[in-house]
Amino acid sequence: MKAGANLYLGGGIILSVTLLAICAPLLAPYHPVTSANLMYAEEPPGAAFWMGTDEQGRDILSRILYGARISLFIGLAVQVMNTIIGVSLGLSAGYIGGWWDEAVQGLTNLMLSIPTIVFALALMAVLGPGLLSLLIALGMTDWAYSCRISRAQVLTQKSLNYVQSARTMGFGPVHVMFRELLPNIGGPLIVVATMGIGSAIMAEAALSFLGLGVVPPAPSWGGMLSSAREQLMVAPWVAIFPGLALFLTVLGFNLLGDGLRDSLDPQGRGRK
Amino acid sequence: MNGDGILDVQDLSISLIGEGAPVGATDKVSFSIGRGEVFGLVGESGCGKSLCALAIAGLLRAPMAVTGGRMMFEGRDLNTLTPSALRALRGNRISMIFQEPMTALNPLMTVGDQIGEMFVLHRGLGARAARMKAIEALEQVQVSSPERRINAYPHQLSGGMRQRVMIAIALACDPALLIADEPTTALDVTIQAEIVELVLDLCRAKGTAVMMISHDLGLVARICNRVAVMYAGQIVEERNAGAIFTVPAHPYTRGLVEALPRLGRRLERGQERLAEIGGVVPALRDFPTGCRFAPRCARATAACAVPPTILALSDGDQVRCVHHV
Repeated sequence: MKAGANLYLGGGIILSVTLLAICAPLLAPYHPVTSANLMYAEEPPGAAFWMGTDEQGRDILSRILYGARISLFIGLAVQVMNTIIGVSLGLSAGYIGGWWDEAVQGLTNLMLSIPTIVFALALMAVLGPGLLSLLIALGMTDWAYSCRISRAQVLTQKSLNYVQSARTMGFGPVHVMFRELLPNIGGPLIVVATMGIGSAIMAEAALSFLGLGVVPPAPSWGGMLSSAREQLMVAPWVAIFPGLALFLTVLGFNLLGDGLRDSLDPQGRGRK
Repeated sequence: MNGDGILDVQDLSISLIGEGAPVGATDKVSFSIGRGEVFGLVGESGCGKSLCALAIAGLLRAPMAVTGGRMMFEGRDLNTLTPSALRALRGNRISMIFQEPMTALNPLMTVGDQIGEMFVLHRGLGARAARMKAIEALEQVQVSSPERRINAYPHQLSGGMRQRVMIAIALACDPALLIADEPTTALDVTIQAEIVELVLDLCRAKGTAVMMISHDLGLVARICNRVAVMYAGQIVEERNAGAIFTVPAHPYTRGLVEALPRLGRRLERGQERLAEIGGVVPALRDFPTGCRFAPRCARATAACAVPPTILALSDGDQVRCVHHV
């Protein structure tokens, strides 16, 4: 594949999805929740309902457009939380070392050994369904990769002279970690974070599918898939369109992450 | 040793603390540096000279640690200072430049920001004032068109230029002591001389004392007031710079001086090869109990099995050898 193709394709998808989500109130032909009308339940795609309607007669296109707002918001917010936790732990573990490093590594291994979704499920069961508990459950559970990667990057960077010379010039540990080291390990972290948004969106969909995520009737792609399950044989469009939206968005983030990795890693340039 | 120096190091011992007994890396190193003096510390790789520098700056990291001795800097004992008091000294009163200018600058910050940071940290200046001072500092290290260069990133500069920027950073706050740890080793020979002259001129103007760490005996003898020679963690000879070249007292120093290539001398003596010191430096754990140089020394006798005491020569010179010349 041509270098940069991933970047532009992924970036294009994400940009479109973001624009659609922002403009949802202008673009959506119907209200995503209050347009329920059993007279029009499970209409197939057509001129009036481009993507058909669901079992309550709500327009699927409108619900997908509004659902994009929830998915993107959750994906971003969760990944911001994960990155802050993972990078703070990984950066300090790599720089300070010693018992703190051991402790952080132990915790990271523990997190990696429990499937994220199971951990999040357990947390959701305690916190109860809802947007806030969803953010907490996902934002606290998937930071192990950012932590590992920032720690490994710090270990390679901290022996370089510029770190030593910053210490020599009288700068304290906080300055060295966040002003000197963090910008220099930023590249790989951006890649991990981008791909992490995709997995966060998937995790949200999975939790909503299991009935522990976004509370209905608010439109969420996972929730839509969940309620579509029973009509899969009679009204496949109810499942297909939210599934496609989810698929395209996650694909977009993964392509963008891949593309960023290729363009941010100078050694990878020209290797393809 | 005179006690009126800005830096007075007494019996500094640095050890490797690991499992088992600590292993001594330097043994009771003592020297003092006067205000504005240029002091040379010479020795081969691994003799402990860089460790001494790191210890003075309070930058030793595990497993290395100071296990004895005192380091008085401007009347304060560096060992008893808190980490934050040490940080306030570093870059401000004690500064350091390193061997590798290629990696000593943060690749993602402009040189102006990196110089300016010093004024923000140690002088409390605002961004605009710090920038003006940074331009001034670049001008002092003779970088042409500093107003433009201030926006350059390190990769846009040559090695010599980067070392100039390092010097500008190190001398930004007019420190009392500059520790230069092999500052020219990684540079071209032609640039080496320029950089050394620049450091010396600036330090003279600012009244900064220089501790020049090097394995280049010729350089050190040329620019320093006093020179200490280290071998296997000990100072074996401390002399006025002129004397060390003309009448080296310790057999190790003699060996070093004789090993220097000098134009015409080989022909004159009819030698095929440069003189060399036989053997290798002993490893940390197997330092001899007596004189540490004895196994490689042509003059060694039974008397060398006891640790030699420091003998005073004329002019405050000192040597650690019973068979000194």
